Amino acid sequence: MSKIHVSTTVNGDAVEYLCDPRETLLDCLRDKLSLTGAKEGCGTGDCGACSVTLDGRLVCSCLVLGVEAEGKEIGTVEGIAEGDVLHPLQQKFIDYAALQCGICTPGILVAAKALLEQNPDPTEEEVRFWLAGNLCRCTGYDKIIRAVMDTAKDMREAV
Amino acid sequence: MSVAKPLPHDAAPLHVAGTARYVDDIPTPRDTLHLAFGLSTIAKGRITAMDLDAVRQAPGVVLVMTADDLPFANDVSPSIHDEPLLSDGTVNYVGQPIFAVVATSHLAARKAVRRARIDYAEEPAILTIEQALAANSRFEDGPRIYEKGDAEAAIAGAAHVIEGTFELGGQEHFYLEGQAALALPGEGGDMLVHSSTQHPTEIQHKVAEALGVPMHAVRVETRRMGGGFGGKESQGNALAVACAVAARATGRACKMRYDRDDDMVITGKRHAFRIAYRAGFDTEGRILGVSFLHHAICGWAQDLSLPVADRAMLHADNAYLLPNARIESHRLKTNTQSATAYRGFGGPQGMVGIERVMDHAAHVLGIDPVELRQRNYYAAPAGGSAPHTPRSISSEMKENTTPYGQVVEDFELHGMTEALLASSDYATRKAAVAAWNAANPIVKRGIAFSPVKFGISFTLTHLNQAGALVHVYQDGSVHLNHGGTEMGQGLFQKVAQVAASRFGIPLEMVKITATDTAKVPNTSATAASSGSDLNGMAVKAACDTIRDRMAASLAERHQAEVASVRFGNGQVEVGEARYSFAEAAALAYQGRISLSATGFYKTPKIEWDRIQGRGRPFYYFAYGASVTEVAVDTLTGEYRILRADILHDAGASLNPDLDIGQVEGGYVQGAGWLTTEELVWDDHGRLRTHAPSTYKIPACSDRPEVFNVALWDGQNREDTIYRSKAVGEPPFMLGISAWLALSDAVASCGDAYPALNAPATAEEVWKGIRRLGDGI
Ligand code: FES
Ligand code: FES
Repeated sequence: MSKIHVSTTVNGDAVEYLCDPRETLLDCLRDKLSLTGAKEGCGTGDCGACSVTLDGRLVCSCLVLGVEAEGKEIGTVEGIAEGDVLHPLQQKFIDYAALQCGICTPGILVAAKALLEQNPDPTEEEVRFWLAGNLCRCTGYDKIIRAVMDTAKDMREAV
Repeated sequence: MSVAKPLPHDAAPLHVAGTARYVDDIPTPRDTLHLAFGLSTIAKGRITAMDLDAVRQAPGVVLVMTADDLPFANDVSPSIHDEPLLSDGTVNYVGQPIFAVVATSHLAARKAVRRARIDYAEEPAILTIEQALAANSRFEDGPRIYEKGDAEAAIAGAAHVIEGTFELGGQEHFYLEGQAALALPGEGGDMLVHSSTQHPTEIQHKVAEALGVPMHAVRVETRRMGGGFGGKESQGNALAVACAVAARATGRACKMRYDRDDDMVITGKRHAFRIAYRAGFDTEGRILGVSFLHHAICGWAQDLSLPVADRAMLHADNAYLLPNARIESHRLKTNTQSATAYRGFGGPQGMVGIERVMDHAAHVLGIDPVELRQRNYYAAPAGGSAPHTPRSISSEMKENTTPYGQVVEDFELHGMTEALLASSDYATRKAAVAAWNAANPIVKRGIAFSPVKFGISFTLTHLNQAGALVHVYQDGSVHLNHGGTEMGQGLFQKVAQVAASRFGIPLEMVKITATDTAKVPNTSATAASSGSDLNGMAVKAACDTIRDRMAASLAERHQAEVASVRFGNGQVEVGEARYSFAEAAALAYQGRISLSATGFYKTPKIEWDRIQGRGRPFYYFAYGASVTEVAVDTLTGEYRILRADILHDAGASLNPDLDIGQVEGGYVQGAGWLTTEELVWDDHGRLRTHAPSTYKIPACSDRPEVFNVALWDGQNREDTIYRSKAVGEPPFMLGISAWLALSDAVASCGDAYPALNAPATAEEVWKGIRRLGDGI
C-alpha cells in the first residue's frame, strides 16, 4: 500500500513523516519520530498509556490514525517541560513518589495537564474520574491524586 | 546516611520526562525484524495439518519458524522441560504458540499470523477441577500433605464445628508494559538479549540451550520493567528465546512484544484455588483444629506450580497458632494457560483460606471478628521487638510453632493490631456501620479487619543467594551492579542507598546500572520479596571490601590504626588528615589498591524439606494489618471501598517513601484480585477476559476516599540489611480485608453466613444478598 505524507506539529515543532494509512498515531510517534514517551499498554483505548493531545484535546493515540494528525498540533509528554525546567506536575510526581515502574506516568501527566488546563480547581472526585481512563498497576493511585491536587493548588496560587 | 531516607525512585526524573527506556523504547538497528506467534485455537488435541504458505507470502515476512526449524532445545520451561517454545504437534491450551513469524514490522508479523491454516484432531479438554480429578490429571503423583497434631480428632471434640467450600479466582498480572525482548546477534555466535524479565539468568540459560551455546556466549541485560508482579519470572522466556533463534537464523536484530490480547491469552496467571475447610472451635472462639483441602488449578505445564502450591500450604495458618492442622494440596493439570508466579506466590491463597475460617467462625459464634482473631494469634516474643540474641527465645516459644514446625520468634501483630484499631477508630466505626445498616434498607455498609504474616525467603533454599559488583573510579564516583532487577519497586534506589551509606558519600556519586548477566552471574529471580534483603547485603559486602582496602592503605600512609579511618559526609578521615572521598580514591589508585570488588550473600538459618513439610523455610516474617470499610448497593451488588487503614511492618525501612508506595499498591492490587478482577474461560477453554475492556483492574476512580497508610515503627529481629524487612509481596494480602468487608455488608442482609466466593464481583455480591434474603 502506498504511503501517505503527513505534515504536522509535535510539541511546537513542525515535523513530517510518511505512513501507512492504517498506522496509528502512537506507532508514528514512536517508530517514525522516536518519541517513545507515549506507550502502548493495550492498543484498544482502555489504558491511557498512549495519551497525547490533539489540538489540545486529550486522546488515546492508539485510537488515532497517523494520517489524522495532518495539519494538527500534537502534544506529548516530551513537550511538557520547558527545556530543562520541569512542569509543576512533573516536579510533584517526583516529590510525591507518585510513580513506581513509571510506564503509566507519561500518559497520566499528559491527561492531568489537560485536566488542569480546562479545570484549574478540580475536586478530588473530578481528578479521580478524569484519570479513570489511565490505568496504573503499581501505585494504587493515592499518591497520583494527591500530586495532581497539590499541583493544582500551587498553580492557582501562582497566578 | 542515605539509608532510611524517603527518596524518590532513582529514575523518577526520566519517567516524568518520558525518557526512561523500556525494552520497546531501545533504539534498534535499521533492519531489525519483528516477531509474532501463531496461536492454537483449541484447548487440547493434535495438529494434523499445517499450511503456512500464505503466511510466508504475506507482505514483509522474512521467515516462518515451526518446532522443526529450531536448531536445538525446544523448551522454555523454568522447571521440568515440559514447555515447548513452539508446539511439538500436541496442543495443550487455547493460545499456545504453534509457529513464529519474523517480519519487517510488528504489524506485518501480526497480520501474517492470521493467514495460517491449521487442522486439528481435537480431544476432550480438562478445564475444571472435577474433570482434572476424574482424569487424575495432576502434577506430582498425589497430594502433598502437611500435618501438625491430629486435626480430625480435635475438630471432632470441638464445641463448634464450621465447614465450607469456596472458589478463589486467579489473577492476570496486567503489568502495564507487556512482555518484550530484543536480541542482537554479535560476532562469533554471541547473542545480546534485552529482556523485560525478573530473571535475566534464566533467560540466559534458556537462550543458551536454544542456541546450543555455552551460557558465556549469551549476555542478558535488563534495565527496567514496566511492572512484573511475578509475571516476568518465567513468562518472558518464550519471547527471548524466539528472538534469539530468529536473530541467529537471519543475522539481524529481532524484537518481539506481545500485543495485550496475545499477552493475556498466552501467559500464565495467578493460580485459581478451590478451598474446602473444616474447623473446630471452643466456646471462647479458640481454634482447636483445622483441616484444609486445596485444589490448585495449575494449567498445562508445571512452571513454578509446586513451590506456589507449597507456599499456599505454608500460609494456611497466617497469624494464628493452630494446635492441630492438616493441609492437603492437589496440583491439578488443566488445559489452560500455565499458572505462574504472582506477587505472594500462593501465600495469598493459603491466607484467604484461614481468614475465611476466622470470619465464618466469628459469625457463627457471635464474637467480634477482631477479638476472635486476637485470641488465636501466635504468642509475642519475650522482650518486645528489639533484636534478640538466639538465647532469648524462651522455652514456651518453642510451642509457638507453625504447622510446618518453624518457631514464630518475631510475632508483631499484637501491638500492631491494637495500634491500628485505635488509629482507624475501629470500634466506633463498627458501631456506626451497624447503626447505618439498621436505618438504611438499600445501601449497606461493612467493615473488616485482617492481619498478614508472610514468610520471607525462597522456599527453594539454594535460591537464597545474591551477588554484586562494585567499582570505585579514581574520581570517587561509584559504579553499582547487582543481580536484582528493577520493576518499579525501587530496588535500585534502595540498594544504591546502601552503597552510598557504606562509603559515606552522597547518593549522586553512585551510578545505578542495568542488571547484566556479564557483570553478576548465576543470579536468582528478583522474586519472593527478596530483592533488597539479598542484593542489599551482597552490595554491602562488596562496598566493605573496597572500603577496608582504602582504609588499610590510608592507615599505613598515616601510621594510624585501620579502625580509626572513618568514612562519612563525602570524606575520609584518618587521624588529623581529612580527604574528600574522591581524593582518597585517587590516592588508593596511585597506591595500586584494587578499587573493584564483588560481594556475595546467602541467607543464614534456613533449611526446609518440602516433602515432609518440616523445617525453617523462612528467615523471618513480615507483618501487616488493615481495616477496610465498604458500601454495597443491595439492588445491584455494586460497591465502593470507602476507607482503608493500614499499618505495615517494613522493619527499619530503608526508604519509607518507596515502602509506603509498595504497601498502597499492594493493597489495591490485592483488593482488585478479590473484588473486580474476574477471569472467565468459556466451555471451549477460551479466555474471554483478555483485554482491559473485559478484565477490570482497579482504576483511579476506585481509590478509597480515605486511605491511611503507615509503617510500623520496628526493626527486624534478624540481622538483615540495616534491620529492614522485605516489602514487595506482604502488603498484597492486606487486600483480604476488602473482601471480608463486603462479606460483612452482605451479612447485614440476613442471618446466614454470606459464604462469598472470590472475586466478589458485583454479580457475586448480588447473588450473596439474594441467597441470604431468600434464606437459601
Ligand atoms: S494503548 Fe492506547 S489506551 Fe491503551
Ligand atoms: S507506575 Fe507502574 S503502571 Fe503506574
